[in-house]
Amino acid sequence: MIPASFDYHSPKTLSEAIDLLGRYPDEAKVLSGGQSLLPLLKLRLGSAGHLVDIGRIPGLEYIREEGGYLKIGGRTRESALEASDLVRAKYPILADTAAVIADPLVRNMATVGGNLAHGDPANDHPATMLALGAGVVATGPKGERTIPIDEFFTGLFTTALSPDEILTEIRIPAPPARSGGAYMKLERKVGDFATAAAAAQVTLGGGGQIERAGIGLTNAGPTPVRATAAEQFLKGKKGDAAAIAEASRLAAQAASPSPDRRGAVEYKKEMARVLTARALAKAIARAQGA
Amino acid sequence: MGKHTIKVTVNGDAHESEVESRLLLVHFLRENLRLTGTHIGCDTTHCGACTVLLDGVPVKSCTVLAVQADGREVMTVEGLEKDGKLDPVQEGFYQEHGLQCGYCTPGMMMTSCALLKSNPDPTEADIRRAISGNLCRCTGYVNIVKSVQHAAAAARTRQQDARAGR
Repeated sequence: MIPASFDYHSPKTLSEAIDLLGRYPDEAKVLSGGQSLLPLLKLRLGSAGHLVDIGRIPGLEYIREEGGYLKIGGRTRESALEASDLVRAKYPILADTAAVIADPLVRNMATVGGNLAHGDPANDHPATMLALGAGVVATGPKGERTIPIDEFFTGLFTTALSPDEILTEIRIPAPPARSGGAYMKLERKVGDFATAAAAAQVTLGGGGQIERAGIGLTNAGPTPVRATAAEQFLKGKKGDAAAIAEASRLAAQAASPSPDRRGAVEYKKEMARVLTARALAKAIARAQGA
Repeated sequence: MGKHTIKVTVNGDAHESEVESRLLLVHFLRENLRLTGTHIGCDTTHCGACTVLLDGVPVKSCTVLAVQADGREVMTVEGLEKDGKLDPVQEGFYQEHGLQCGYCTPGMMMTSCALLKSNPDPTEADIRRAISGNLCRCTGYVNIVKSVQHAAAAARTRQQDARAGR
């Protein structure tokens, strides 16, 4: 399969890239790793008159802690996230997520920013970033702005990014002591989108009660789903089996998946419940240092 | 619309070509350079038959534009054999019968080649994880895993021999 004709631009700086996006407002798409965009163009489900490749702009691939945040450059590859010692040690939810995105070959090209900016509720990072309460840094002609992740996904394949903005960084608040997270995904085979998946991030208080819980669901509706009722329920509770059971029941209620070859609505909601329970249990165990 | 001159080093040889923006790397390799060892399987980023090394990293060449490879190094299955001597990975697939129909083999070997560079002594789990984006529809995975293990051992032996000046 061959995509319809387009022109290709490989700017060397961010401002050059933003200028190009402004020059072709209705026709330009940002090419990051291309692992979602190129299949879309090949299948002719989408088209673009101009591709602006941000792959040759230096300084967009990094993972570092700074000013109370974990900062991930928009073009950071999934394989880099997977291999990062910092991520494995302090942000295991991100390591869990990166390890189940597509397959290892795709992860060598695919980028964290692309995974979010594509706006696909079947992608894995959105749920994780919802659970972590991340912020998305968009850079455009007027400079930088930070979009809270809760406001980022506005519809199916649609985000709060303007056509002339580029997702340049993801900022995750560094978790306090006694925090832990996990991502659990059910997939038919490596490389498939999730039948259901759940991300959970918790912080425990001194007495072992849950101070903060973040829960995100993958492929559970037209946009990534944040299970706010479940999060609220867990506040102040001990993270025991009864609390996990009730929270995962509430989380599944927030899911409105579509039926497809991966399963019926009832099955997917039930899997969302089971995976939320498992992700919570693992997140709590990690927060306890187990 | 949108032609670009690209310079790509493939298996050590520098190539300069004028290509369309939309030309996929796999088509550039197969049709422009006539390197047909890289296969097109699913053409939808699933099967890994088209795996090549881009700056040493295995990627699916059906999901990379030729223009993205400008200024970079590509290695295909044709680049494995050196001076008439099979690469340890090729030797492994030959000795352990790591193929039936052979369609997935070039991709399997390129992924294995990259794995052994970063992890010269992989466990079976490491190998299975590494090739999880390469599908073999003959389902010959048992022998493929054995082939990579054989390759790892062969590569170590060759290194020891080289060090001993044999």
